[in-house]
Amino acid sequence: MRVIRALSAALLTVGVAAGPAAADASPSPSQDGSSAPTQAGTSFRTATEIEQGQRATASGSTGDYLYWSFPADTGQRPTVRATVKLPETHAAQTWQIVVYDGLRRRQACQYGAQTRTAAADASSVELACVLRTVRAWSEPWANDPLPGTYYIRVTPVGVATADLGLPVGTEVRADSEDVGGSAAVDGSLAEPLVPGIASKPEEEQQDAAVLAGLEPEDGWTSGWWSDRWVWTAVGGILAALAGVGGYALTRGTGRPSRVPPAA
Amino acid sequence: MITRTRLASGVCALLAALTAGLAFPAGAAAGEPTGQDAPKVDLVLDVSGSMRARDIDGQSRMAAAKQAFNEVLDATPEEVELGIRTLGADYPGNDRKTGCKDTARLYPVGPLDRTEAKTAVATLTPTGWTPIGPALLKAADDLEGGDGSKRIVLISDGEDTCAPLDPCEVAREIAAKGIGLTIDTLGLVPTAKLSRQLSCIAEATGGTYTSVEHQDELTDKVNQLVDRAADPVVTPVPAEGADRCSAAPTLKSGLYTDREEFGQQRFYRVDVRPGQELRASVSVGADRAVNPGHGVLLRAVTSKGREIVRGEAAGTGRTDVLSTGLRYPKADSDDEDAPAEAVCLAVSHSFSPASGVKTTPGLPLELTVDVVDAPDQAGDVAAFGLGRGWWLLGVLILAGFLAGLVWGWLSRWRVAVWRTN
Repeated sequence: MRVIRALSAALLTVGVAAGPAAADASPSPSQDGSSAPTQAGTSFRTATEIEQGQRATASGSTGDYLYWSFPADTGQRPTVRATVKLPETHAAQTWQIVVYDGLRRRQACQYGAQTRTAAADASSVELACVLRTVRAWSEPWANDPLPGTYYIRVTPVGVATADLGLPVGTEVRADSEDVGGSAAVDGSLAEPLVPGIASKPEEEQQDAAVLAGLEPEDGWTSGWWSDRWVWTAVGGILAALAGVGGYALTRGTGRPSRVPPAA
Repeated sequence: MITRTRLASGVCALLAALTAGLAFPAGAAAGEPTGQDAPKVDLVLDVSGSMRARDIDGQSRMAAAKQAFNEVLDATPEEVELGIRTLGADYPGNDRKTGCKDTARLYPVGPLDRTEAKTAVATLTPTGWTPIGPALLKAADDLEGGDGSKRIVLISDGEDTCAPLDPCEVAREIAAKGIGLTIDTLGLVPTAKLSRQLSCIAEATGGTYTSVEHQDELTDKVNQLVDRAADPVVTPVPAEGADRCSAAPTLKSGLYTDREEFGQQRFYRVDVRPGQELRASVSVGADRAVNPGHGVLLRAVTSKGREIVRGEAAGTGRTDVLSTGLRYPKADSDDEDAPAEAVCLAVSHSFSPASGVKTTPGLPLELTVDVVDAPDQAGDVAAFGLGRGWWLLGVLILAGFLAGLVWGWLSRWRVAVWRTN
């Protein structure tokens, strides 16, 4: 456990150390390396990448399809929240948030207001989607969430023509709860479900375009660790102790009384 | 303890340096060519007579547009090749035929000379008709060549006055011709009709439509669109699917684009070796008015026609794309020279055009193919067959206890037997 803790501490330090380094290395005018993105993509291909826990904002127009993507790893149960600030005057509007996995398959929300209608005078509308727990592996015929990239799409689905094109502000955030070993399954994917992972350029280039490049903060888990190891090991130790106890019970204390001392 | 701390911090520093080096080795490489051509943007500005109206922050629409253009020209990123085209700038007369041909290249698409471009913009005066369709066609010609991303930003204050050429259909044709071309539209103080037309043009190409009432909104939006053009994106490769598996083109890992007409089925082929996993996802775009209720089906079939796995998606109502995906891990083979299996990807969709909407060209289709190494296998539901929970502990303790008891009794019995002998 200590090794793991030390390792994660080291990785955390790396993350902190690499943040400012990234900001230094990329003097690009449109993007600020360390702060949250202020833009959104308009298709799967151009989706803006965000980290979990980052509050990404974007200004758009009513009628836009806004896309973001974030990485989610085994054992996490992501929750995606979006807030749309509506223009001052507008008719009633229905907004929707949809989450897709790395294979662009629509992922079901367990709960959360995925679609919501804002009344004519509402100033904002809040959407949420709680996904299922990300599993390390599932059968190819299943639609279970797998580790990899997840896409968020925020869009109005019901809007009056007069409202088309009016400016709106959107804010999204993806967080996740660590579900732990109860969701640990056997097997793992050879590569996370990151689109374009097979056609990534060999040598990493700063501004080479990739479909999705972000990884979780401390890299993709290898999938072998879960708290099931601890449970099973503790169970084994307890079983051994119980065994000793049981054995001792049958022996009583000291020598059997009917054995003569001189034997 | 001190040694350990020092060691740990040393490891941390080393790791940090390594990761920083790995992740961002290209601090120096920023700005170097990335093998992709420069992104091109063509700003198409409506200079029709109606631009004289003084309803944007108290100044005329033309003045607002000019000021916005000046600010945009200052903020344009170095790598973007920017051009400006006008519509309705030159012909003040009443002849519709001539008026509808009135579109001119004000500044050619190419490396930007800010002063020159600004001088050109300053000369504009609101004049003529609003030939949006012809202007879009010409703008598409301006952007021809190169494989970088291409974007047309159309700024207009009135709907097209040159029927029957529907600018919406023109936009669709342009998008079908050029790869990676997007048209974004901005309406200056728009009417409902203009909103509908401009958002139709935008949706036909996967662009955005914005209505503008203030000058700073105009500047911000055009800046945002130009910046968006500068962001590096993966450009898809055109592919042409066949109507049957045997004639299908063979694809490798990558991003592809195609067009699929209503009621059509498209086939593509991917070779998968034993021990590899095929991942495919497909998005079919709704670039025109379609009826509510639609679906997309992606199937992986063998060359003999047996279906291996499928991905399906269905939806209703307003959408830009409908997408689905599948993965097919092929089991490893003992035979090292086992041949690759030709897997056919069959794509079909159930969009139906709304009444009065042209059905050609087909709907845009985007296909992502990834062939990765090593298939996955799982022998147990739980990780490595390990257990978890209080029930497990209870069972293990009970089993251990019973085993201890039995062992104890056995050894007592053995001692007793030995004694009696």
